[in-house]
Amino acid sequence: MQKENNDFNVHRTLEELKHYLPAQAPLKDFIHHNTLHAFQQSTFFEGINEAHEIFGYKVLLSIDAYRKLFKEGKINEAVLDRIIEEKEFPLQIWKDKLIKQPFLEEEIPRIGLLRANWKSFYKIDLDSLVHPILFRIIGSYLDQGVSIWNFPTSEMGFLQSIKELERNSLVSFFKTKRVKDFLINENFSLESLLKIVVGDSNLYEQYIFDQQFAHPGWSGIISVIEENPTALIDSKKITLEELIIFELLLEIDALDDYFGTIWSPLGLKLETLPEQLFTPVQLKESSAVKQIWQEAFEWTYFDQVLKGLQYPTQIAEQAKKPTFQALFCIDDRECSIRRYIEHEDEACQTFGTAGFFNVEFYFQPENSNFYTKVCPAPVTPKYVIKEIENTSRAKTDFHFEKHAHGLLSGWILTHTLGFWSALRLFLAVFKPTLNAASVTSFRHMDKHSVLSIENMNGEVNESGLQIGFTIEEMANRVEGLLRSIGLITDFAPLIYVLGHGASSANNTHYAGYDCGACSGRPGSVNARVVSHMGNHPKVRQILKSRGLEIPVSTQFIGGMHDTSRDEMVYYDLKVLSDSNFKQHILNAKKFEAALISNAKERSRRFVLINSKKSALKIHKKVKLRTVSLFEPRPELNHATNALALVGRRNFSKNIFLDRRSFLNSFDYSTDMEGDFLLTILNAVAPVCGGINLEYYFSRVDNNKLGAGTKLPHNVMGLLGVANGIDGDLRTGLPSQMIEVHDPLRLLVVVEHFPSVVLKTIQRNPSTYEWFKNDWVKLAAVNPETKEIYVFSEEKFIPYFPVNKKLPEVSDVEKLIESTHDNLPVYILKDANYGMVH
Amino acid sequence: MEWFINVFIVLPLIGFLVSLIIPKRKENLLSRISFTTVGIQLFAAVGFISFWVFNNAKVINVKEFSIFKAKDYDFYVDFYFDRITATYLLLGAILTFIITIYSRYYLHREEGYKRFFNVILFFYLGFNIVIFSGNLETMFIGWEILGISSFMLIAFYRDRYLPVKNAVKVFSIYRIGDVGVILAMWLSHHLWHENISFYKLGNYELVHEHLANHSMIGFVISIMIFISAAAKSAQFPFCSWLPRAMEGPTPSSAIFYGSLSVHIGVFLMMRTYHFWEHQISFRIFVGSIGLITSLTATFSARVQATVKSQIAYSSIAQIGLIFIEIALGLETIALVHVAGNAFLRTYQLLVSPSVVSYKIREQFYNYIPRRKTIEDSWPKRLEYSLYIMSLKEWNLDTFMYKNLWNPLKRFGSKLSFLTFKNVFVLFAVVFISGIILAYNPKLVNPTWKFYLPLIYGLLGLVMVIKAFTERASVRLSWSLIITNHLSIALAISFNEHFDFSHHIWYLSGVLVSGIVGYLCIQRLRKLEKWVSLDQFYGHIQEHPKIALVFLIACLGVAGFPITPTFIGEDLIFSHVHENQVLLAAFIALSLIINGLAAIRIYARIFLGPASKNKIGAAKRSA
Repeated sequence: MQKENNDFNVHRTLEELKHYLPAQAPLKDFIHHNTLHAFQQSTFFEGINEAHEIFGYKVLLSIDAYRKLFKEGKINEAVLDRIIEEKEFPLQIWKDKLIKQPFLEEEIPRIGLLRANWKSFYKIDLDSLVHPILFRIIGSYLDQGVSIWNFPTSEMGFLQSIKELERNSLVSFFKTKRVKDFLINENFSLESLLKIVVGDSNLYEQYIFDQQFAHPGWSGIISVIEENPTALIDSKKITLEELIIFELLLEIDALDDYFGTIWSPLGLKLETLPEQLFTPVQLKESSAVKQIWQEAFEWTYFDQVLKGLQYPTQIAEQAKKPTFQALFCIDDRECSIRRYIEHEDEACQTFGTAGFFNVEFYFQPENSNFYTKVCPAPVTPKYVIKEIENTSRAKTDFHFEKHAHGLLSGWILTHTLGFWSALRLFLAVFKPTLNAASVTSFRHMDKHSVLSIENMNGEVNESGLQIGFTIEEMANRVEGLLRSIGLITDFAPLIYVLGHGASSANNTHYAGYDCGACSGRPGSVNARVVSHMGNHPKVRQILKSRGLEIPVSTQFIGGMHDTSRDEMVYYDLKVLSDSNFKQHILNAKKFEAALISNAKERSRRFVLINSKKSALKIHKKVKLRTVSLFEPRPELNHATNALALVGRRNFSKNIFLDRRSFLNSFDYSTDMEGDFLLTILNAVAPVCGGINLEYYFSRVDNNKLGAGTKLPHNVMGLLGVANGIDGDLRTGLPSQMIEVHDPLRLLVVVEHFPSVVLKTIQRNPSTYEWFKNDWVKLAAVNPETKEIYVFSEEKFIPYFPVNKKLPEVSDVEKLIESTHDNLPVYILKDANYGMVH
Repeated sequence: MEWFINVFIVLPLIGFLVSLIIPKRKENLLSRISFTTVGIQLFAAVGFISFWVFNNAKVINVKEFSIFKAKDYDFYVDFYFDRITATYLLLGAILTFIITIYSRYYLHREEGYKRFFNVILFFYLGFNIVIFSGNLETMFIGWEILGISSFMLIAFYRDRYLPVKNAVKVFSIYRIGDVGVILAMWLSHHLWHENISFYKLGNYELVHEHLANHSMIGFVISIMIFISAAAKSAQFPFCSWLPRAMEGPTPSSAIFYGSLSVHIGVFLMMRTYHFWEHQISFRIFVGSIGLITSLTATFSARVQATVKSQIAYSSIAQIGLIFIEIALGLETIALVHVAGNAFLRTYQLLVSPSVVSYKIREQFYNYIPRRKTIEDSWPKRLEYSLYIMSLKEWNLDTFMYKNLWNPLKRFGSKLSFLTFKNVFVLFAVVFISGIILAYNPKLVNPTWKFYLPLIYGLLGLVMVIKAFTERASVRLSWSLIITNHLSIALAISFNEHFDFSHHIWYLSGVLVSGIVGYLCIQRLRKLEKWVSLDQFYGHIQEHPKIALVFLIACLGVAGFPITPTFIGEDLIFSHVHENQVLLAAFIALSLIINGLAAIRIYARIFLGPASKNKIGAAKRSA
C-alpha cells in the first residue's frame, strides 16, 4: 500500500485523538479527573473557549443563568464592577452588555461538520446504519461479565477476532462482499480505507475526529484500555486504530449496500471545505461576557472566604494538653464532621491530610487473585498488603446469576423464585435493608481480619511486590505523615486515624463515592496500617532518634468514617492499654454525637428530608437512603466543593464553610523551605482540582461532559453506562450528583508567605501548570499579618476583599435548617450548636 | 356485584384525570394521587376477588352500553371477569402500586415528574380496560391507550435522539398489532353477524357451528389475533422492539416492558382461547412460534452485553414458553408463569444498576478467565455462525426495515412530483368526480362498480404512503393523511349503500382533528420560519402548548378513542365484504400507515434534540 500524502500521519493523528478523547476508566475504577484535561496547556478561559468552539461543549453557564444569579444576589455587584475595571473595560458599557444586551447563543461547533455532508450530499444517515452494530460488537468484545456466552475469539485482538469469526462462519456481520474480502484477505490499511471513504487526504484527520467524536464514550474507553490493559479484570486486546478501521469497514459496507460498489468518496463531492478543526479560535463577545460573569460568580464567594480568613481566631491557642487527636482525609465531606467533633470536645485536635495517610500499597483481600491500589492514582506502589483470616463471605443473589436467563432454568425459576422476587420487591420499597444489591465501605476489609503489615525477611509475592513494609520504611511513612501536618509535639494519649468510604445501593458509580486519595477505594486499610506502624515499638525508636518523640502511653487507633451513613468503625481496639480503652469509649460517644449532628447538617440538601426534625430521626433516614434501591442520591459526594485550605486548624476554625472545603493541615512554621508544602500541593492540585473540574464540567454541560440523568442508565459490559441498549457510553457525572453544585473553580488558600509559596509551586512544572493556567485558583495568606495575595499571571498580587464585614452566626442548627441552598460564609461566634439528639 | 367492575375502570380514570390538572411542581401531590389511586384499586381488587372466589368464582359478563347501533352492528362496551382477569388485575395492581411508590423517590427532581405519573396512570387505565374487556371493541380502546402511553414513556427523554427514534420504532410495531385487531374485528363481524362478546366465545356449540362452515375465516381471524398478540408480547418475528423500548426511567421499563405491557399479548391469546381451541393447526402454529421465539431469544439473551437487553430477551424467551403452554391448553400453568415472570423481571430490572458492584465483587474473588460454555464444545462453524446471528438478533431488527419500511420509502420517493398545491388540485378533481359517481350510481357500469372501491382504496393508500415518506413539507404530509381518510370513505361509498351518518361518524373526528392539526402547523410555521420533516426538530422545548394540541390532533386522525372516528373506522370496515380481501388489505395498510405518519410528523417536528442549538444538547449517539 503506497503512501498517498505525507501530510497525514496515522500515528500522529491517533495520538492527537487520544489526547482529546475522554480518559475515564471503567466503572470499577471511577477516579475524578479534569474532564477537559486536553486543554490544560492553555489558560483556563482560552482552553475552555477552544473546547467550546471546536467540540461544541458548553463550558460556562448560559447568560440567562448568570443574570438570574445576579438578580438573586448570588453575584455581588461590587465584585462584578471590580472585575470589569481590572480588565480596563469601560464599566458602564460592559455592565450593560452583561446585564441587558441580548445575545444569540446559537452556535454550530466545528466537530461533525465534515461528516454532516453524508446527509446533505448522499441523503444517507450513516451513523444510524453503523452505530448500533458497531457498539454492539465492541460492547460484546469488551464485556466484563454481563453476557453468559462470551465473544468466542477474543484472545487474539479485536480485528483478528472478527476476522476469525468471519472466516469460519456461514453468516456475516457485513451486508456486502467487498469489505468482507478486505478483512479476510487483509489487503487494506487505515489509509486505503480512508481513501475509499474520504478520498482527499487533507481531510483524513478531520474525518477521523468527526467519526470518533460521534461516540466519544466508546472511543474513549478503548483508548484507555489500549494505554492501560490492566484497567480490565478480564483483559482485552484492542486499539483505537482497530476501532477506526472497523468503523470504516462498516461505513463502506453501509454505503455499498445503499449505492452498490460505485460511489465517489466524500471528499470529492465537497464544493467548499468545512473549517479545519484546530485553526485558532476567536473569542466571541457572548463568550467574553460569560467569562466575566463566571469570574464575578467565583469571586463573589472567594471574596467572602478570604475576608473570613482575615478574621482573628477567637479560639485561644490550646493551652492544656489535648484529649485526643484525630486525623481525617482532606475530603470536603470531612469538613463538617471535624467541626462537630471539636464542638463535642473543645480540647481535642483534628487534622486533615490526604486519606491514604502516606502509606502507598496494593491491598489484596483474602481469597482474591487481584490487588486493588489504595493510594493516589499517579503513584505506583511497590508494596502489597494481604488480608488473612477474613471470615465474612459475600451473599449471592439469584437475580444476578445466569440461571435466571436460561430457558429451562428460567422456567423453573419464574414458577418458584419469581414469587420470592415479589416479596423482595415489596420489602425493597417498604423496608429497605442491606442486601446483595448494596455496596458498603465496611465490606472493603473484614474488621476482624489480620493484615500482613510487617515485612520481616524480605518476602516478595509472585509479581515482585514486597509483602508489607520494613521497620525503616514504616518509620519513614509515619514521620512523613506527622511532620507534614505539623503534629510533632503535644501528642494526646489517643491519635485516631480515620479513613473514609461510602455506602449506596443500586449505584453504578459507587466507586466515585469512596476516597479519591485511595484510587476510589475506602481508606480503611490505610488507616489501620498506618496506626499499626505508629504503634510499633521499633518504629517509635527510630522516630525518637529522628527527634520525633511520641510518648509510650500514646496509641494510634485506625478507623473509618462512612460518609453516607455517618457511622464510624474502629480497628484493633485490643491493642489499647486499659486507660486508653476507657478513654476511647468516652471518645466514641463524642464521635457518635458528632456523626448524628453531621447527618443533620447534610440532610439540609436532601429536599425529601425535613431538616427541622430531630437529628437522631434524621440520622436514621440518612442511613436508610444508603440501602434504598430507589434512592439515586445516597449522598451528594463532592457537590458544592469550591475551596482547599492548606494551613493550621486555627487558620479556618472560626468560619462556617458549609462543607465546601478540602482541608489540609499544615504548619508553615515547621516548613520554611516549603518541602512539605510541595508534597501537599502536588496532591491537592491534581486530586482536589480534578474533582472540582469534573464537577464543574459535568454541571455546565451535563449532556456532553456529564452522564445525564442516571434514571434510564443501562449497564454496558460492567464497563460503563449508556442510555437504552444501543447508545454511546456516558462519561462524567450523572445529573443527580451535580444538580446542587455551583460551578466554581477551586480556590486553594495556603497559609504561608507568598514568596515561599511561589518558590514551592515552581519546583514542580506539572503542579505549577494547574496554577499558572488558572485551572485552579491560588491565594496565599501571610500567617503573621493576614494579608492576602492572589496568584495571577505568575505573580502574587495583594488582594483587598470587597466585603468589609461578614455575618456572624451563633446558632448553627437554625442556620442549617433555614435553606436547601448554598450558604454564604459566616463567622462562628461562640457557636451554640444546640443539637438535641 | 357486577356493578363493582365499573370501579376498576372508573378509579384509574379519575386518578388519571386528576393527575392532569395538578401543577407540575407539586411532586408530592402527584405521586400521592398515583399511589393512592392504585392502592385503592389493589385493596378493592383483593376484596372483590375474595368475595368472587367465595361465591364460586363464576364468570361475570356485563354489557354496559352501546355507543353506536345500526342494523347488524352494535358497538357496545362490555366487561368480563374471570380468573384470567383476576390474575392480571392483581398482578397489575401490585406491581403498579410498588412502582408508583418506588418512583415517588426515584424520580424526585426529574424534569418530567408530572408527565411520568400522568403516563403511568394513563397506561394503568388502558391496562384495566383491556383486562376487563368483554369484547374486541372494548379491548381495542384499552389497546390503543397502551400503545400511545408506551410511545410517551419510551420517548420520555424527548430531548435526546435515540429515545424518540426507538419510540417511533416501537409504535410502528404496535401499529401492526392494532391492525391485527381491526381485521379480526372485521372478520368476526362477518362470521357472527354481530359484535361478538368473549362471553359467547365460551359457548362451544355456538363457536363450533359457525366455524364448521367458515373454517377459513376462523383461521384467518385466529392469525390476526395472533399477530396482534405476538407484536405486543414481542414474539417472533417482532422480538427486537422490546430491548429497544428500555429508554425511559428504569422503573417505567420495569413495569411496562418487564411485566405488564409485554404480557398483554399473552392475555389476548388466553382471552380468545375458546375461539381457537379446536383449530388444531392453529394451536400447532402458536406452539411453534413460541418455540422458535424461546430458542432464538435464549441465544440472544446469552450474548447480550448490556443488562437490560439481557433481561428483555430472557423475558421474551419465557413468554415464548408461555405461548407454548397456552397452545397446549395449560391455562393455569401459563397464569402462574405470567405472574412469576412479571415479578422476576420487574425486580431484575429495578436492581439492574447493582449488577456492576455485584459482579465486580464476585470476579474479584472467583475470577475464572474465559469461562467455558456449552457452545464451546460445538463445531466452530456452528458456534461462530450462531454467535453472529444471536448478536445480530437474528436480523429481526432490520427485518421490518428491509421488508416493509424500505419498499414503502422507495415507492414514496417515486411520488416526488406531488406537491402541496398539485395534490390539492388533483385531489379536488378526483374526489369531486368520485362523489358524483357515488351519488349517481347510474353513471357507473357494473364492471366499474367492482373496480371503483379498489381504485379509491388504492388511491388512499398511495396518498398515505406519500404522507409517510415525505421528507420536506409538513403541510403536504398532513393533508395527505386527511385525504387518505376521505378516499377510504369514498371507496366504501361505492361498495354498498348505507346511512350517511356512518360517514359522519368516520370523518367528523378526522376533519376536526385535521383542521386543528393544520392550524398548529401554520402557527408553528409562522413562529419558526422553517418547519420540515427531514430530521427531529425538538420544537416542544419552546412550544409545549402547540405540541400538546398537535399531539391530540394526531391521535384524532389516527383513530384514537377520543373522537367518533375510532368507532367510524370499525364501522367503515363492516361495509367491506368478506370477499373483498384486497380492499380490506388496502384499508388496513392505510390505517397502519396513517397512524404512523401522524406520529412521525409529531415526533419529527416536536421531539428530539432542539435543532437550533447544538451546544448543550446531548450527542445523537447518547
